[in-house]
Parts: sequence; structure tokens; C-alpha cells
Amino acid sequence: MANIAMTPEQQSIHHPSGLTLFLRYMRRNKGLALGVLILLALTLFTVIGLVVVNPKHAYPLSAPLKLPPSLRYPLGTDFFGRNLLAAMVVGMWQTALIGLLAGGIGTLVGVLLGFTSAYFGGWVDSAIRTACQILTPIPVLLIQVVVAGSLDKRDVTIFTMALIVAMLAWMGPTLVIRAQVMTMKERQFVSVAKLSGMGDFSIIFKEILPNLLPFIAAAFVGQVFAAVFASFYLAVLGLGPLREPLLGNIIWAAQSQGAFFNGWWWWPLEPAFAMILILGALALVNMGLDELANPRIRRSE
Amino acid sequence: MTFKIVIKRLLFFVLVVWAASTIVFFIPRLSSRNAIRERFGELARTGGFSPADIEKLIASMQQQFGLDKPLLEQYWQYLGNITRLDFGYSLSRYPTTATEVIAQSLPWTIGLLLVTTVLSFVIGTLLGAVAAWPKSPGWLRSMATPFILLTGVPPVIMGILLLFFIGFRLKWLPLGGAYSVGVVPTWSWTFFFDLMQHQILPALALILGSVGGWVLSMRGMGITIQGEDYVNFAEHKGLTGGRIFRDYYLRNALLPQVTGLALALGTVVTSAVIVEGLFGLPGIGTALNLAIRANDFPVIYGIVIFITIAIAALMTILEFVYPLLDPRIREN
Amino acid sequence: MMETIPGIAEVGSRNATAAYDASKTKTVLRVSGLEVTYYTDLGRAKALDDVSFTLGAGEKLGMVGESGSGKSTMALAMMRMIKPPGRIERGQVIVDDVDLMSLDEEGMRRARLSKIAYIPQGAMNSLNPVIRIGAQMADAIRSHMRRESRSAIEDRCAAALRSVDLDPGVYRMYAHELSGGMKQRVCIAIGILLRPSVIIADEPTSALDVVTQRQVMETINKVQADINAAVILIGHDMGLMAQTVDRVAVMYAGRLVELSTVKEMFTDPKHPYSQALINSLPNLDKRGVFSGIPGLAPSLLRLPSGCAFHPRCPHGQQELQRSVRPAPVILAGGRMVACHLYGEEGHAHE
Repeated sequence: MANIAMTPEQQSIHHPSGLTLFLRYMRRNKGLALGVLILLALTLFTVIGLVVVNPKHAYPLSAPLKLPPSLRYPLGTDFFGRNLLAAMVVGMWQTALIGLLAGGIGTLVGVLLGFTSAYFGGWVDSAIRTACQILTPIPVLLIQVVVAGSLDKRDVTIFTMALIVAMLAWMGPTLVIRAQVMTMKERQFVSVAKLSGMGDFSIIFKEILPNLLPFIAAAFVGQVFAAVFASFYLAVLGLGPLREPLLGNIIWAAQSQGAFFNGWWWWPLEPAFAMILILGALALVNMGLDELANPRIRRSE
Repeated sequence: MTFKIVIKRLLFFVLVVWAASTIVFFIPRLSSRNAIRERFGELARTGGFSPADIEKLIASMQQQFGLDKPLLEQYWQYLGNITRLDFGYSLSRYPTTATEVIAQSLPWTIGLLLVTTVLSFVIGTLLGAVAAWPKSPGWLRSMATPFILLTGVPPVIMGILLLFFIGFRLKWLPLGGAYSVGVVPTWSWTFFFDLMQHQILPALALILGSVGGWVLSMRGMGITIQGEDYVNFAEHKGLTGGRIFRDYYLRNALLPQVTGLALALGTVVTSAVIVEGLFGLPGIGTALNLAIRANDFPVIYGIVIFITIAIAALMTILEFVYPLLDPRIREN
Repeated sequence: MMETIPGIAEVGSRNATAAYDASKTKTVLRVSGLEVTYYTDLGRAKALDDVSFTLGAGEKLGMVGESGSGKSTMALAMMRMIKPPGRIERGQVIVDDVDLMSLDEEGMRRARLSKIAYIPQGAMNSLNPVIRIGAQMADAIRSHMRRESRSAIEDRCAAALRSVDLDPGVYRMYAHELSGGMKQRVCIAIGILLRPSVIIADEPTSALDVVTQRQVMETINKVQADINAAVILIGHDMGLMAQTVDRVAVMYAGRLVELSTVKEMFTDPKHPYSQALINSLPNLDKRGVFSGIPGLAPSLLRLPSGCAFHPRCPHGQQELQRSVRPAPVILAGGRMVACHLYGEEGHAHE
């Protein structure tokens, strides 16, 4: 394949504008575009919902029981007298909150540990790496089950939920960032910076971090996905904050009351579809970012 | 493969189990709530146990958790119990032990897991390989797309959708349970078919919910492998497309895919457990569901540690499979 | 040395091919008007522009130029291995009287290795790591000769391995058990398995140490003599070229700018770019003095008008150079050069 060498003078000649390039890229990376679009639509739904719907109706005994979708209750009500539209709005917002919080914490810890491990090497590196390797095979959800089960039900809130999920979710990003920093350390610009007498910290912040951003972004989206997924599973098992209309909680409640046996089909179906949209959009964005961060995958398109 | 590597792998296995057990031991003790004591009080209040049973239970609990002894001693005893797969008595189904509860539900879970994992792994890997291969026919490549779209649908949600469309609307298959109400478990074909009918939807949920993941990872790997020099050189050599696909492309993409299987085991098992719970199938999932509802801690902890042991063991086995796939690992 | 005087050469036609000793050997390769374009997000890049030349049996051609000059694209185009977003726009590659560009996919697959073989650039990764070397040689033969018996295939492989000075035991080994030089030899052995008429070696020594480089070059010389193939050697190491090839082709920005015998090229380069290349070689007589070529290789997306070299050329500041692309000109002795300094006016191209 031809190398297309750019000379400084030629770069200034003419370039399609940034927006055009972005749109062209999005056209090729349709998945990323679709994912971003769905996420925007969901955000819009939640924001408008929070304004229009009374969030109190997302809690038990605020509406008649077991009504199928109708004009008055577009998504119906459940066995406990929750307006499911309100429950969807609040549940979506809470799911997003858990995802962002846990994803953020996991990514932050991962980036810090990954950096430390790769940059300083030696026994620090081996310790962190071994810890990651040993913890990775342990099924995270089951540990979360133990943690959530050991807590007093009253102590389980949206925030403890996020913490539980984040607790064992940092190994993935740690290993990814570590691998990236390792390769970057070998690259020339870092050696040049070292030779020119730059300190460790300025190298990290001025040279390595900017180059890592696409990977950190991809890791973050991956973490949010994993966190939403994990909190959903915990809630489906009945380990979520039971009073809250978290999407997984609604499914758990519906299943405990035998919703399908009793013909209340809308009850578990609605949170299921909401979850599909959230997870699907996150998966699309995640894949799209992977393609962006990994030029090898990109090349083939 | 040298003796040293075998020892190293086995040591890793032990370390993983130890780490999981330690986490399970300390986490409940870090929480302000003493779940066991609470549960004791509850049991004593609600009754239903003969005083002798309660005495026996308390004795076993104290022996199991050694609540009065110093923490370190408790920890040692706990680790000793785990090596014997002894997790103590079930609190909700006394005098059954947690190990017995697990043993009763295990065959169901293993059956479901084996069938669904093998099927989804094989189908997903082949579809992904075909999808990434530029020369495969369009209709074959497009077959991967619906599965990729399903990636965002975890098995549990897939289960709910299947329950709604196939169980609730079409009434083709039962809505849950191990076998129909009123059917007596016997060794007969009728019972066997009834049993299988109840397994179809959960199995389908697990397969449809996980094929997409394998398609995606294989597709990604395939795209990487396609850029490798040896695939290019194979084409320069004038090999037929089929041969390049099989010996140069699929063969090389398989190793990371098997590594992926090892890493995904945790998710695979967890999904199966939750889907079982959702459909009310007999198995580890339902046992866990019941235990969570009943605050039956020995069973919860037992299941968690047991599954970790199983996963670590499977990973260790897969580690021994890698050298068969890649000669480079055979040497070092 | 043949003295040529600028200006008295015949002006070449558009598809002028530099005939070299056509009388002595049979022409086995005739490339004419080959053109390749890459369609990128940033625009079209013409990676190969109207390249023509011929090669006789047993002849060795060195192809040099900066990165991005189109050397590797040239090799891939001849093998018809240009992948999207690249496309072969037009041109002919005639090997043994067959135009490869006119073959169907299956015909081209059969032609690869049997008529025209390619020895890869990154020999370090060119062998499949998970199957034995023998299997990778045997499958190449089997793909072209379906009826060949197992023992005949093994004999052929052993012979090929021996001819590149490798132990036939390599047949049973894996790529990771071989050194870089051995891997490159295996690639050469694969290249000659079916005794092709043309062999293209794309920087076959770039990843090797100096001693191994020499050995591999000697191996290429030897096997080439054995099967009397035409060899195109792509590389940028002029020193290594000088010792190996008969003629040198200089590429610049996707165009063939000069094609001369190796002796002419080193003693009397015609094109200003060739002159700069030769002058930039380290020289024991003027140690410490290192003259590079001023300026940078142009982007293929935005080629300078007229002669692509004019911004860097010491003679390039006239209207003619800036507006008219120089046509290839055949000088006395059969050398080809595409430069306004030679030939009367040169006529406009496109």
C-alpha cells in the first residue's frame, strides 16, 4: 500500500473541513452513528419524562393496579400500583446514573493502576498484573451477589449499587491501559522526551495521556456497558434497591408475581425493551470506538 | 509442555479459588450487619425447628463459622472446610447441607450449559469468520448481521422476549418450570418430552443471547488476521480461497477465540444461572434464587465458591488446550 | 562506459518501453501503461501512473525510490493483489505472452506462483505460525498441480529447500523455530517451487542483519540462475542493488523516471532525481559529507503539476517543468529517462 507522505506545505493547501470528515467517517462507521443516535433519543426521553411525569408515580400505590396500557397509562400499571411510564423514566435515569458512576470509578481506577503498572514496571507491575489475573476468572456477579446479600436491604441504594458494581470492574481497563502504555513507552516520542530531560509526570501528562484518550474513552464506554449489565443482573436476582423502579427490579418483581402466567405481559416486557435499547446502543458505541482506536480493524472497512 | 508449566497452572488455579474464598469470607464480616446472627434470631422466633435441631444447627454454625473464635482461626477453619467442599448446612432446608443442595441442582445446570455453550460458540465462531471474510458470498455474510444486532440483548432479556412471543402469544412452549403441573416424574418418553419442552426456551435464550458475542469477537479477530503478512503471502502463493480460509485464517483466529471462551466462562455461567432462575428450571440458578430470597447464606456462599472453582478448573483445562492449537506455546 | 549526450536521443512514444538487450534474451515480462489509484477519504491518490518496461529471461531489475514512490504498489499491481480502496485503472502485464490483466480470478490464481512469484517484504511474519513449513510449501504446489503425488510434492519441496541452502529437515519445522534469514530463505524456496518466469522480491532483506542480507542476496542470485527467471528486486539500499542487479529503475511519485543499466546509473545518472539519489550515497572519498535530497516526497493526493519532481529539482523552476509532464525518452544505448532536460520539448501528457 502506498505511503501517503504529507509535507507541511501541502497540509495547508486544502483539506475537507473537520465536519465533512466526521460525517464521512460516521457514514462508514454506521454502528457508532446509530448507537449515538439511540443514546441521544433515550436521554431525550428521560429528560422530557422527568419534566412531564411525576416521579412519585414510579413508586407503589400511586396508581390503580394491573392496568394494561391505555390512554391514561400509556405503559400500563403493575401489581403494586406503579405507573409504568413514570417507572420507566425514573428507572432509565437511575440505570444511567449507576452506569456512569460505576463506569467512571472503574475506568479511573483502571487508568491509575494501568499507568502505575506500566510506567514504573518492576515489582509494582508484577503485583498489579498478578492481582488482575487472579481476580479476572472470579465471576464478578457472584461476588456482587455476596456483597449485596451481606448488606442490610435498607442499605442498598443506587449509590451502594454503583459501588458494588465498580468494586470488581477495574481489572479490564487496568490491563488494557497497561498494555497501551507499555507499547507507548517503547515509541520514539517518549524516548525523545526522556532524553530531553522531561520528568516522569510531565511525560505522563504531556506525551502519553493525550495519545491514550481514545483507549480511555473506549474503556469507559465498555465499563458503563458492564456496569449497566451487572446492576441489571443483580436487580433481576432481587438484590437491587427493592423500592426503586430500577429496570432489573421491575423484571424481578414481575417474574416473582408470575406476570406471564397471569397475563400481565406488558409488565416485564417494557423494562426488557428499554434495556435492549440501552445495552444495544452502548454496544454499538463501544464497537464503533474500538474501530476508531484500533486502526487495524479500521483498515478493512 | 514442561512439568514446571503444569505446576504453574495448577498453582494459579489454587490462587484463584483462594482469592474468591477469601473475598467471600471477609466481605460479610466487613458489613455492619451480622447476617448469620440475624438469621439465627429469625429462626428461633419463627420456630418450625425442634429445639434439638436448633441446638444442632447452632453447633454446626459455630463449627462452620466459628463465630466465637478469633478471626484468623475462623479463616483457617473456613479454608479447610472449602478444600473438603463443605459449606455447612442450608438454613432454609435443614438438615440438607449446602453441598447437597448444589449437588442436586448441578446436573441440570451442566446439561443446559454444555449444550448452549458449545452450540453458540461453534455457530458464532463460524458465522463471525465468514462475516469478516471478504470473499464469502453475500447471503452468508448477511446471516451474521441479525446475530450481531442481538449482542445488546443479554440472555435474560432474550428469555423474556421468548417467553412473551413463543410462550405467551403463540402458546407453543411452556412459560416455565421443570415439567408441567400434574405430570409425574417417571422414566418415560412422555415425561422426557415434557422435560425437554421446558428446556427449549431457556436454551434458546442462552444461545441467541450469546451467539452475537462470539460472532463479533471472531469477526474482529478475523479482520486482524486478514491483515497479517502470512494471509497475504498465501494469496500470493495462488492458494485456493477455501484453503486460505481454513488453514491460514480460521486456524489462526481460533486461538484468541478459545482464550475468549476461557475469559467469558464467568459471564456464560452467570447468564445460565440467571436464565434458569427466570424460567424456574431446577438447577443452580433456581437454588441461588431461593437461597437469596430465604437469606440462606451457606447456600449462597457455597454456590459462589463452587462456581468459581468450576470456572477456574475449566480455564485451567483450556490452558492445556492452547498448545494443541498453537505450536509456539508448546515450546515455552 | 557509454557516453550519451543529452538532446540527441530519439523522443519516445507514449508507451515507450526501454528495450534492453532484447536481442540477447527472450522477453518474458512486458508491462505497459500500468496505472493504480487509491480512493481515500482525502481524495484520489494515483500511486502508479503510466508505468511501462520490459524484462528478459534471466535479467535482474532493481527498483528504487523513496517510500510512497510506488515500488510496492508496482509489485502488488503486477500480482493483481491491489486491495480496495486501491484499483488498477488500466495497463497490461504480459508474462510469457499472456496478459495477466485479462485473466479471470481463477486464471490469475493459477498464474500466481506458477508464472509470476512474489517474495514478501515482511518475511518475518510471512509464514503461518501454526502450521509446519512443509505444509505451507505443499499446499502451494497442490493448489496448482492437483494430481501431484505426495512423494513428488515432498521431493520438489526438498529440492527447493536445498537450492536455498536449507536443510530439508526444515520441512518439518515451524516458523518460530527458524531465524530471520532462514524464514526469508523459506519464502524464496516457496517462490521458486513452480519455476516461475518472473519473480518479484519486495525488499527481501529489509528486516535482516547485514551478513544475512548478503547471504540472502546470493541465494536469490543462485536460484535465479537455476531457473533463469526474470527478477524484479525492490528496495532502497542502492549499495546492495549495485552488486546484484543488471538494470535499475528509479520511481518517483508513482512514475518511472529513469531506467538504465546499473553501471550507467552509478556513473552517469541522467534524471536529476537519480543524480540526487546517487549523490546521497555515503562515499569513502568524501567521508563526513552527507548530501541528502532537499525537500520531501510529495503527497500522492496533491502531486505538483507538470513534472512531479520540479519543486525539488535544481532545474525545475521554468514554466515547462511546472506545466508539462515530461514524456519518457529513449536515449542512446536504450536508457529511458522522463525529464525535460532530455528530448526537445517533451510533449504534454493528459
